[in-house]
Amino acid sequence: MTTADPLLNAAGLHKSYGPTPALDGADFSVRPGEVVAVMGPSGSGKSTLLHCLAGIIRPDSGTVHYRERELSAMSDAERSALRRSEFGFIFQFGQLVPELTCTENVALPLRLTGMGRREAEKRATGWLERLEVDDVRHHRPGQVSGGQGQRVAVARALVTGPRVVFADEPTGALDSLNGERVMQLLTDAAHDTGAAVVLVTHEARVAAYSDREIVVRDGRVRDMAGAL
Amino acid sequence: MSIGHTLLGLLESGPRHGYDLKRAFDERFGHDRPLHYGQVYSTMSRLLKNGLVEVEGVEPGEGPERKRYAITDAGITDVAGWLGRPEKPEPYLQSTLYTKVVLALLTGRDAGELLDVQRAEHLRLMRELTQRKRSGDLADQLICDHALFHLEADLRWLELTAARLDQLAREVRG
Repeated sequence: MTTADPLLNAAGLHKSYGPTPALDGADFSVRPGEVVAVMGPSGSGKSTLLHCLAGIIRPDSGTVHYRERELSAMSDAERSALRRSEFGFIFQFGQLVPELTCTENVALPLRLTGMGRREAEKRATGWLERLEVDDVRHHRPGQVSGGQGQRVAVARALVTGPRVVFADEPTGALDSLNGERVMQLLTDAAHDTGAAVVLVTHEARVAAYSDREIVVRDGRVRDMAGAL
Repeated sequence: MSIGHTLLGLLESGPRHGYDLKRAFDERFGHDRPLHYGQVYSTMSRLLKNGLVEVEGVEPGEGPERKRYAITDAGITDVAGWLGRPEKPEPYLQSTLYTKVVLALLTGRDAGELLDVQRAEHLRLMRELTQRKRSGDLADQLICDHALFHLEADLRWLELTAARLDQLAREVRG
């Protein structure tokens, strides 16, 4: 954990879906290189918080600052560009493109920024080696195991050198051993590159890989660092 | 489990005779192991000596069941301190934690806060074990995993209890 200024800072977030409030005055911050676990019961607002922090949805009120920039003051195009260049995403079910090989999947975010195929795939191969899945680089997602696919998804999230990685239940579909390995590789890589990780999980053993945890309950955030 | 703190907590709702205290304890927490009168007697003597309870009245006869005890301000502070301090995380804590949750509800304290503090303490230890596991050999990993799975089971119980606090409060307060 570092003592630097927050990289991402949210204050007083409110978000409702119809009459149902998902976030009710949620605050959050994460510093460079810090891994923060977001915990809480189902339906507590964890994923809504993550989507607001990542600029995927706009809160009804409240602010999200990434460094000095306020996300809701940005246009959709600006937020999309920010997500491509500064953020990485890992979901519960890899969400790899089935028609592409694992290398092509990992290279895809780089190709979207305009990088040439040869260079993008070279970098992708480096990340696949690091995540210990270079042996499946020519396979398509349908031909690899769940654990391998999720490592490919981690490689894809990290290949652009993001400042913040958003991981929504990244081990939710894996057995214990594969889940642990994915968490080790993800947090090692994040610490090495200085990326912050916002990790949504309901599993305590996964949260134990974080530097600290927050609990979302009824749309409000409890920072557990202050609980002791 | 701390019988002294539990009896003190039961006294917070009002003065009781030793016999009433034993009965209240057995009803709520002593299903498997009811208290002996000797335990009530020795515990109340200690609490009295430490100024945590006082004798409000005595009926003729011997033993703690004849005395009517009231909690003192120092006793209330002692209960609050005990409820606010997380237990050392270890397997099979449930009976102590359950007692604390019920007493917090009975005495109008924040039982959700108590559970949050305990869950933070559990996760703190789980982090330590995870760090040890990452830098250890296979034996370390297996030993740490055993502890981690047990602590995780505790945490699940904490989550479930947190989700059922309103229901438990209604039942406890009758």
